[in-house]
Amino acid sequence: MPEEGMEDNKEGEERPKWNNKAEYLLTCIGFAVGLGNVWRFPYLCQIYGGGAFLIPYLIALVFQGLPLLYLELAIGQRLRMGSIGVWNSISPYLGGVGVASMLVSFCVSLFYNTIVAWVLWYLFNSFQEPLPWSQCPLNHNNTGYVEECVESTPVNYFWYRQTLNITPNMETSGSLQWWLVVSLATAWSIVYICFVRGIKTIGKAVYFTATFPYLVLTIFLVRALTLPGSSEGLIYLFTPDWEILKNPQVWLDAATQIFFSLSVAFGGLISFSSYNSQKNNCEKDAVLVGVINSATSIYASIPIFAILGFKAHTNYVTCLNGNILALTNEFDISDMNITVENYEQWFDSLNGTHPSRVSDLKLKTCDLQTFLDQSASGTGLAFIVFTEAVISMPGSQVWAVLFFIMLFSLGLSSMFGNLEGILTPLHDLKLVPKWMPNELFTAIICLLLFLMALIFCLGSGNYWLEIFNSYVGSVPFLIIAFFEIIAVAYIYGIGRFSDDLEFMTGHRPNIFWKVCWLVISPLMLFVVLVAYVAVQAQTPPTYAAWNPDYVNFPNTEVLPYPDWVFAICVLLSSVPVISIPLVAIYRLICCMSGRHSKDSLHNNPNPYANEDYVVELLL
Amino acid sequence: MLVWILFLLCQVGAPALAQDLCQRDAPNGYKVRISLKTALGEDAYEWNQSEMFFFQATMAFAMRRHFQMETYNVDNIILCVQTSRVSFWFVVTSPDNTTMLIPKADVEKAVRMSRHRINNAFLLSDRTLEFLGIYPTLAAPVNPDTPPWLIVFGVVIGAVCAGIIALLVSSLLQKRRKEKGMTEDGQDEEDMQVKGVENGINLDGTYNRGFTDDDRFTKL
Repeated sequence: MPEEGMEDNKEGEERPKWNNKAEYLLTCIGFAVGLGNVWRFPYLCQIYGGGAFLIPYLIALVFQGLPLLYLELAIGQRLRMGSIGVWNSISPYLGGVGVASMLVSFCVSLFYNTIVAWVLWYLFNSFQEPLPWSQCPLNHNNTGYVEECVESTPVNYFWYRQTLNITPNMETSGSLQWWLVVSLATAWSIVYICFVRGIKTIGKAVYFTATFPYLVLTIFLVRALTLPGSSEGLIYLFTPDWEILKNPQVWLDAATQIFFSLSVAFGGLISFSSYNSQKNNCEKDAVLVGVINSATSIYASIPIFAILGFKAHTNYVTCLNGNILALTNEFDISDMNITVENYEQWFDSLNGTHPSRVSDLKLKTCDLQTFLDQSASGTGLAFIVFTEAVISMPGSQVWAVLFFIMLFSLGLSSMFGNLEGILTPLHDLKLVPKWMPNELFTAIICLLLFLMALIFCLGSGNYWLEIFNSYVGSVPFLIIAFFEIIAVAYIYGIGRFSDDLEFMTGHRPNIFWKVCWLVISPLMLFVVLVAYVAVQAQTPPTYAAWNPDYVNFPNTEVLPYPDWVFAICVLLSSVPVISIPLVAIYRLICCMSGRHSKDSLHNNPNPYANEDYVVELLL
Repeated sequence: MLVWILFLLCQVGAPALAQDLCQRDAPNGYKVRISLKTALGEDAYEWNQSEMFFFQATMAFAMRRHFQMETYNVDNIILCVQTSRVSFWFVVTSPDNTTMLIPKADVEKAVRMSRHRINNAFLLSDRTLEFLGIYPTLAAPVNPDTPPWLIVFGVVIGAVCAGIIALLVSSLLQKRRKEKGMTEDGQDEEDMQVKGVENGINLDGTYNRGFTDDDRFTKL
């Protein structure tokens, strides 16, 4: 276990520190609270029986999420290095875990910032009257509306055609969409400006990015509760269906949701806590961050579902009004005699007297439940469902701007952690040449990531993003977290770890933490990993393509992945984690082939340094 | 006597003739549909004979406006098949010959020309005062020279670039100041080490210069 004194000697300059505890906590909370809290959790809550879903969710939080969180914050704070340095210190054979973390953070940064770029694009477009996604554009000769728009909806058209300009399948790559490139450049510039001075500037930025979403959610909550139909949405969300708990899929999804929501295994949390002083109660921090993350998810689902209820209500009323107009015109009934309330009676009486004429009208069946069931998660929720709801709200521009700034700050604060998980390990690996200032190095990394992310600005970019999201942002994390917990609990030793925790927090961890780290969390992680892989292996690898020439357009066409794409998917899942065994084998070979410098700490031998006279500071 | 009989016949026949000209699905007629409550809600006026007369007058005005030479009158607009919807059919007869109907296309042109005025006369819109068969022209899209999103983007990226340059310049200046301060501090530090003060703590004994880290001062 390297002593404290030697560590400070090793680094030429002092490790940066957080200005105050609040900045550190806000950064960790901002990293954990991301887009998934707003657009994944409410969806899961809805499809898995509302209030009943909270049970597996909270169980997963307590037994899996919090122990992992505490573990990462503790080792980062104690060893004061990024993910690679930390795992190298714990055991050289496990250095691969750090490398895997860094590679996965790299891949996630690529596509995550593209989503932020899409949010920026929508934000820029929200400053127009009327909103561009509220009506169809005219076609070439101004005789009618664009056909693709008429067949689907203006909101879908704006997303698939005017934003993504999506190709009908993955084989056609299309060209670079310049407006997306411009939005992506903006997103990366904003990330860079927050990273320019490392945690000094991040610490200032998080005062806004971590707190603003809560303000917007509260504003939306108050607004949404005054809209008609919001109560139906909320009842629909929270009505518990206890039967659903018997379905193992629910428990699996709860565990994976907690895991991905807390952003463990990115290496970012380790980096953030490494800038702390060692005497900091990381146990309280971990519990605070975990609880706030889950509370935010639950709090966010209330306005989201109130607004979705309002949208369902609006769609239902529009559907009914269409039918009412058709009946009124056909039977020349006085205007506004048929209303939403007495529609049923009128319909029954008219159907009784003139059934053939009524059936010729081809009236639509309007069912509120069907509209409520049209839920979505992910980009579909934000860019299609929510934007449609916003059009119907008075003062749409204000709500759209608020919503997209909220999504932007959620995404940006998560990007801080993603990028930190790349930069700090590179610094600790001493891959940065001495002459290069930090600002230049950060700029080079941001530029590299921007250029690589241009692939998501192609016509087929959205399909690629879905692939990255499903294959990189899932299984590798589970594997890395599993190795993390095994490494600390068994290889490093729970006894040594408890000593370190006592040094840092002032008391040894109680039996709950020990049991979790030793037994419960590794077991849960292993079960979740195996179950997740099993479920993924059973689902055929297909994707939903937006093809205007499809027979059932506007439904998306379900196509299988081409072979070369599927090979890339497998590579994306395995290459990051392959570094774990690779580094172990490499170290084994080095060790067996002979001793090379036994002390990796003394990288720069000082000709004046005589080892006999080195002062060892005892703790 | 004969004149009187002829007069009586005209009184009876004219409306009958008018009835023949105007009927449901008349080839040269249009159906009009009015939705007062949808448009005006509480302020909706009642649709009665006076309003029908107003409609005839408005249509006559529209015909006059289009065919500038001809003097159309209220009598040239014949209405029929009224329902409580409110909907009715109308045909337009020529001012010179009351048995001759103006063809559908000409009526359509006249209506299109004065659509806005007709709508405003009744406080209605294209949607609530419908001429079935005459589709409203779609509103031309407002195409600003610079798309608004580009303006917002310009503002944001300008602010971000200015911020980046400001931060980089200030870090550069800070570093220069620190380097200047370091070369002065360096001498002090060595003196302090010789006196046996390191990190502000007085060490016992004499400091052995052989172990100073003076690599910093040798330019290799």
